[in-house]
Amino acid sequence: MADQRDNYMYGLGILKGLGLALRHFLETYIDDIRHGSKRYKTPEGIAYRASKDVSGIFTVQYPDEKIPVSEEFRFLPFLIFEEKDGEKEYRCTSCGICAKVCPPQCIWIVRSTDPNTGRPIPDPAEYYIDIDMCMNCGYCAEYCPFDAIKMDHNYELASYTRAKNIYDKGMLGQPLSYYESIRPINYQREESARIEAETQRAIRKTVA
Amino acid sequence: MSNQNIALESDLMYIFPEILFHDERPGYEGYIIKSEHLSSFMQRLRDDLGYDYLSSVTGVDYFPEGFMEVVYHIRKSIGGYPLVIKARLDRENPVIASLVPIYPGAEFQEREAWDLFGIKFEGHPDLRRILMWEGFSGHPLRKDWKEGYYEEEFKPFKSRWPAGHYISHEDKHPLGTNVDYPAGFNPESWIPEPEVALYSGLGRIERKNEETGINTDQVIVNMGPQHPSTHGVFRMAVKLDGETIVGLKPVMGYLHRNHEKIGERNTFLGIMPYTDRLDYFNSMSNNFGYALAIEKLMGITPPERAEYIRVMMAELTRIVNHLALFGFLLNDLGAYFTPFLYAFEERELILDIFEAVSGSRMMCNYHRFGGVARDLPAGILEKISDLVIDRLPRKIDDLDLYITKNEIIRHRSEGVGIITPDQAIAYSAVGPVLRASGVPYDLRRAQPYSIYDRFDFDVAVRYHGDVYDRYLVRLDEMYQSLRILKQVINNIPEGPIQAGKPQYQVRVPAGEAYGCVEGPKGELGFYVISNGKPNPWRYHVRAPSFINLTSLESICIGNKIADVVVILGSIDIVLGETDR
Repeated sequence: MADQRDNYMYGLGILKGLGLALRHFLETYIDDIRHGSKRYKTPEGIAYRASKDVSGIFTVQYPDEKIPVSEEFRFLPFLIFEEKDGEKEYRCTSCGICAKVCPPQCIWIVRSTDPNTGRPIPDPAEYYIDIDMCMNCGYCAEYCPFDAIKMDHNYELASYTRAKNIYDKGMLGQPLSYYESIRPINYQREESARIEAETQRAIRKTVA
Repeated sequence: MSNQNIALESDLMYIFPEILFHDERPGYEGYIIKSEHLSSFMQRLRDDLGYDYLSSVTGVDYFPEGFMEVVYHIRKSIGGYPLVIKARLDRENPVIASLVPIYPGAEFQEREAWDLFGIKFEGHPDLRRILMWEGFSGHPLRKDWKEGYYEEEFKPFKSRWPAGHYISHEDKHPLGTNVDYPAGFNPESWIPEPEVALYSGLGRIERKNEETGINTDQVIVNMGPQHPSTHGVFRMAVKLDGETIVGLKPVMGYLHRNHEKIGERNTFLGIMPYTDRLDYFNSMSNNFGYALAIEKLMGITPPERAEYIRVMMAELTRIVNHLALFGFLLNDLGAYFTPFLYAFEERELILDIFEAVSGSRMMCNYHRFGGVARDLPAGILEKISDLVIDRLPRKIDDLDLYITKNEIIRHRSEGVGIITPDQAIAYSAVGPVLRASGVPYDLRRAQPYSIYDRFDFDVAVRYHGDVYDRYLVRLDEMYQSLRILKQVINNIPEGPIQAGKPQYQVRVPAGEAYGCVEGPKGELGFYVISNGKPNPWRYHVRAPSFINLTSLESICIGNKIADVVVILGSIDIVLGETDR
């Protein structure tokens, strides 16, 4: 590349800079006229302002408008339960992989034990996540072998006291349908894998 | 091992027969030198053998064995792999000669080793603590040092699982002792000695102006730690003669959290999200460097597609970083926030891609050992290529058009903060700072890692070494990154993205490895020692922002106080990485 040291703008730099700001300012209004009422507070308008074609105004008027997050977006973890006969059946088996893999160690689990034998049963009695500590890395969801813990899309969790920031099992629980609604592609992939595994198992059983 | 290295090995053993030994522990590389011969050996290494660039200095504590090692990574500024030299010290009384007279770039790194390990460097000009405060008790990276609220040596902690009921220590003792003071230390009556030391180190001279007969006094001005131009909490004690800088000492550590100790307590995989928090603008590059170090230890390579994805993310990150830097630099130059926001528009669009790919805009945590966390979602490649081919070139051209020739920018940055190539190498400057002073050193070329040897790109280099050239180098680098990105998009293959099965407890064989990448700020290295357990024995980050600051004083001397802001902006530091 040639050395640009010899060329000055000789005063035009200021005009050019101001012209750029003015262009941005005017483009906003041109866009307003072109898009009409679809420009603000509509999904199309927001999508346009997050696309490569955008000119003029770029910002989104949070909280009136929110940019939709992508499917992989991760915030806090939640526990998936399936509803059977009005009872919440958590997928979690309290195996503890999430607690072990958690880098800041913000997950802790109390296992249930069978009252008769005293042996542990695969169901967490208590499950806590300290969301002050959680660094939203997504390892718990990534390494859970039972697809029981997943990362949420909800990023608005201000509260008035710090004590509320230790989430228990009830606060963490979300129905399977919620997971399906926020991560449809992942959900489909996992469900088909599960069905596949079950048919394989059934075939093996019939063969045996 | 390449032929060059074999030749070198026999040479070194031949030249220094009595004082140099191979490091023969399994998995280790390099040489062990008798510590009393260190200075003379390094002098010859630099002057006769061309190892003119000291990349990294750190300590390792072998606790039960009772010795310490100082590990030096030394490079040639013409390229090639680093030479690893270790000196063994007594743990109770670790003393070694300082390398500052030979490699001035060792200054801050030796201060760090003193601070965190208690290794005394004899002949160091200013051996004070650098990251911790002067009243701090002990040296935290020693293996027998325990932090406040210490729980267990290694994660995972048993209190979380299977034990369950965990109450945080802070809750148990709301006013408990989190801090250990040295014996006899009373914080109430403490006069901050480091301040005294800092100011006396800077000195203060009164003199009489011979022309006017007026007595003048040099003054010390503290810039920061809460000065908006320092890009975080960073402080410079500047000694001024009128408006001209005659001395400068950076003061840092305000954001120190002992990242390395956290890493040594954590599992190998658990460190990955913490690396995001080092240089929070470039988490993808940080992940990359750390993954390379561990992959070297494990002896695995990621599949093709994962390599391409990694390079793609690293280059996008470079563009993000340089764009953000332009914004900040122009803020510092007085073009308040308008160019900054224009640069941030493009950054936002790239961060959208990071969010879709990794799940998070800034704390990506995307790389895994032997691959990446997940494949690219459908449609994202088209989005990237739209950006790379259509929008970004246009917008970077815009920046170029409006900024590069602007006379205000040029008057404030040309000839300001000059660093010569010799100085840059001596002070271990890296990245754009080094390349702007005429040293075409880029790790992607000097020591190709991943698949960078396949791509066609030029190493951006400029020759004046001033602020303006540091700006131009970054502009050139963005164009080169776009060039690489176009090749990546055209050639990215289909296939798996992870070698082997994803594991949460990786088995890392014993040994040491130094993985480094050319991050947007320069050589970002991760030095990891494993002893075969699930946690690293030593985890060290060679942080480019931190080491680039070593040269700050010599760059600033002779410039005006108002230029310090611009010079610091052009060095491009991120305090998350500087303070670790």
